[in-house]
Amino acid sequence: MCLAVPGRVLDIGEKDGTRMATVDFGGVQKEVCLEYLPDLQVGEYAIVHVGFALQRLDEESAKQTLELFAQLGMLQEEFGDPWEQAAAVGGDPWPFTDDPDSDPAPAPALAAPQEEVQP
Amino acid sequence: MKYIEEFQDPDLARRLLDDIHATVTRPWALMEVCGGQTHTIIRHGIDQLLPEQVELIHGPGCPVCVTPLEVIDKALEIASRPDVVFCSFGDMLRVPGTGRDLFQVRSEGGDVRVVYSPLDALRIAQENPKRQVVFFGIGFETTAPPNAMTVHQAKKLGIPNFSMLVSHVRVPPAIEAIMRSPSCRVQGFLAAGHVCSVMGVREYPELAARHRVPIVVTGFEPLDILEGVRRAVRQLERGEHTVDNAYARAVRPEGNPAALAMLEDVFEVTDRAWRGIGVIPDSGWRLSARYRDFDAEHRFSVSGINTREPAECRSGEVLQGLLKPHECEAFGTLCTPRSPLGATMVSSEGACAAYYLYRRLELGTVPAAKTAKTAASAPLEASPVV
Ligand code: SF4
Repeated sequence: MCLAVPGRVLDIGEKDGTRMATVDFGGVQKEVCLEYLPDLQVGEYAIVHVGFALQRLDEESAKQTLELFAQLGMLQEEFGDPWEQAAAVGGDPWPFTDDPDSDPAPAPALAAPQEEVQP
Repeated sequence: MKYIEEFQDPDLARRLLDDIHATVTRPWALMEVCGGQTHTIIRHGIDQLLPEQVELIHGPGCPVCVTPLEVIDKALEIASRPDVVFCSFGDMLRVPGTGRDLFQVRSEGGDVRVVYSPLDALRIAQENPKRQVVFFGIGFETTAPPNAMTVHQAKKLGIPNFSMLVSHVRVPPAIEAIMRSPSCRVQGFLAAGHVCSVMGVREYPELAARHRVPIVVTGFEPLDILEGVRRAVRQLERGEHTVDNAYARAVRPEGNPAALAMLEDVFEVTDRAWRGIGVIPDSGWRLSARYRDFDAEHRFSVSGINTREPAECRSGEVLQGLLKPHECEAFGTLCTPRSPLGATMVSSEGACAAYYLYRRLELGTVPAAKTAKTAASAPLEASPVV
């Protein structure tokens, strides 16, 4: 019940003196009350909960957030151990057991937990 | 769909997880307050992908679960009256009152209807002027503005046969109560994003400072949860405790001013009992005196209610994060969604329901400690879209 989901405004009209919109949720359409977001425009996205638009979704900050996520780990890729990264890509065990000066335990920082290969 | 799929991307999830793994050096316990977040976490196995040091404690953020038994019993009583059409959100149907639920009231001939929006209940009242139409107004700060607007409209349009049974709850006093509890282990909070879409963040800096806990406003998609955890862990590792907004696409610091004004007009703050937890001061809203005529408790005098909770049910501890659902003896045996002992097993946001839906097979076959690293292969791709 507490779920609120993003939807896109298809058209805007009035009912009983109340600003209402048809909002599309990935194919499902609902009547939504716009009294709390009176300046919401056709084509914009909003968080909708039990038939009410509660907050506009800001496309710019959504993009920024996703870009930030994509940047994460860039530095590690740039300066990290290429052997370790190559091993992680192929899912191979690393460090090599016959490598005399290698660290016996795999470094945990970059290895994904479910991809770790335990000897 | 826009703003959903992008925030489920497994490659980006991996980057966030790697960053968390690289940051954490010590054990930390975080509480996600909202039941919607609990479901995302369990469904996608996020808790199992995190470093072992990061524990997610599930909070009391399921409004259906914390609605006091006495109010449920009142609802059942009112819904049974022949002159009443009782309207509710779907998740209330199976919430156990003392000995029965709304589903049963309906099967015994009560006129119980499920609505998507409180405005639907108002329309039913307009279409049935000879019947009393009662809406069950529960929920956190996210649901309160829609319900407030509905009562406001009922008054404005003069719909005398409409009333609301109100049992709203507020998040900040619950955080306060959790932090004050002597058994509290929580070191940081993921605050419920949509609550803040309405309320903004102004209630949190004081809480964060006083209890020295980071509070990170967090969304509901898998990447949102990971980002909330990442920012909370980062603060904890640095010894910081501030309010941080990790859900900026849907939360402005000031919230939604129009909704806040309506809440101010229609509701007033009151003490509220939370099911399984007890009374938390100032933790609820009730209709203000101006709207008393639309208050179902005022309109229907309901008396002689004797509440009784099943002794086996430990949902109070589950709601406070003191117990994980599968640690309850009755989990999956005496208590299932078909015959629930507590509300946390039936609500779509209840922690017991989440564990039953997504973890029961795993919990039944593999000892809990071992599941942590084995069952989580690529859960992000495997999950259905919300
Ligand atoms: S599993 Fe059932 S009995 Fe146990 S705490 Fe949850 S709702 Fe109550």
